[in-house]
Amino acid sequence: MHLGQSWTDQKMEETIGNLLRAGVLLSASVVLAGGVIYLIRHGHSSADYRVFRGEPTDLKTLRGICGSAFKLSGRGIIQLGLLLLIATPVARVAFSVWGFAAEHDRMYVVFTLIVLAILLLSLAGFAGPG
Amino acid sequence: MSVLEFTALVWTGSLVAGLLGSLTGLGGGVVLVPLLTLLFKVDIRYAIGASLVSVIATSSGAAAAYVKEGFSNIRIGMFLEIATTLGAIVGAFLATKVSASSIAVIFGVTLLYSAFLSRRPRTKQEREVPPDPLATRLRMNGSFPDAGGMRSYNVQSVPTGFSLMFGAGALSGLLGIGSGAVKVLAMDQAMKIPFKVSTTTSNFMIGVTAAASAGIYLNRGYIDPGLAMPVMLGVLIGSLLGARILVEAETKWLRLLFSLVIALLGAEMVYKALTGRI
Repeated sequence: MHLGQSWTDQKMEETIGNLLRAGVLLSASVVLAGGVIYLIRHGHSSADYRVFRGEPTDLKTLRGICGSAFKLSGRGIIQLGLLLLIATPVARVAFSVWGFAAEHDRMYVVFTLIVLAILLLSLAGFAGPG
Repeated sequence: MSVLEFTALVWTGSLVAGLLGSLTGLGGGVVLVPLLTLLFKVDIRYAIGASLVSVIATSSGAAAAYVKEGFSNIRIGMFLEIATTLGAIVGAFLATKVSASSIAVIFGVTLLYSAFLSRRPRTKQEREVPPDPLATRLRMNGSFPDAGGMRSYNVQSVPTGFSLMFGAGALSGLLGIGSGAVKVLAMDQAMKIPFKVSTTTSNFMIGVTAAASAGIYLNRGYIDPGLAMPVMLGVLIGSLLGARILVEAETKWLRLLFSLVIALLGAEMVYKALTGRI
């Protein structure tokens, strides 16, 4: 490994570290804000998770979640924060494509694109009609 | 129980799980699902959904620190993520097909195995292996900061490691855990990567692996915001606290205690599932 490569590797790793930290901080704040609204409105209802019912459409599709978060529904905002959290590692992989390209490492650009494609395919199943 | 009480209790429990998981290096996700299903009587599918989300949070939070220290190898991580993400998708689809009690049995057995793995002695740091042609072609050999300056290492058995990683991904997608123990096993034992590099690279990979199955869980309605909120916030704060107060010498007994807890929870999950109570 020559000096130029290790330098960009280090820069890339630092940027990735900051990206991950920012993503987690942002999503945790959104989840917390949604949680406060949810607890104020529903804190005194009874909690029961014994029976699995599955979530309603507005809490499991991209459009539904954005719609209910926009209406300031506590549960909708929490779900939006969780979506941001799931997007954080995806953003990390997308950034690495650029990072390996900047190092002219074609082989790892291809590997990273494969990982990105797998992630996006999984999320596309989520964004589409479920 | 009211939503307020439930949220406060689940948050506290998740905080303790995150704290112990980070102090012992065994991961908090592994005790979350048994905690939620056995103690709080949550359906295992909701529990797995919430756990998966918290796994992404802790992995991304901790990786931010590790990556900067220069221990994790981003090339090894990225290459093996091809295997873990594919496995995670397969695991998440399996989770929607398999019954809740079968998932509980697999979960319990995994817990027992992780408890066993955590009692095995760590590999010696001084391990010299010759360079492997495939690993060299894949530019996986690297170096990491050590007491005496930078130490370089060679990577072995890439195909074995890759297959084990597929299994780790599937387990993660099926059970909503990070399956860090299997990832470290693949890298440390099969690929002969130094322990410190293995654990930090594993942590780095966990978030991406979990993200691959999280979309499917969300789409299937397995992620409930009311439950995931206290779990995610609790585990995240607990693990960040744990990373701050990490004292090597004190963790030996804690590790033993925590692996005993994991083994007991595993046995109880298998027992309850087999007697038809999960």
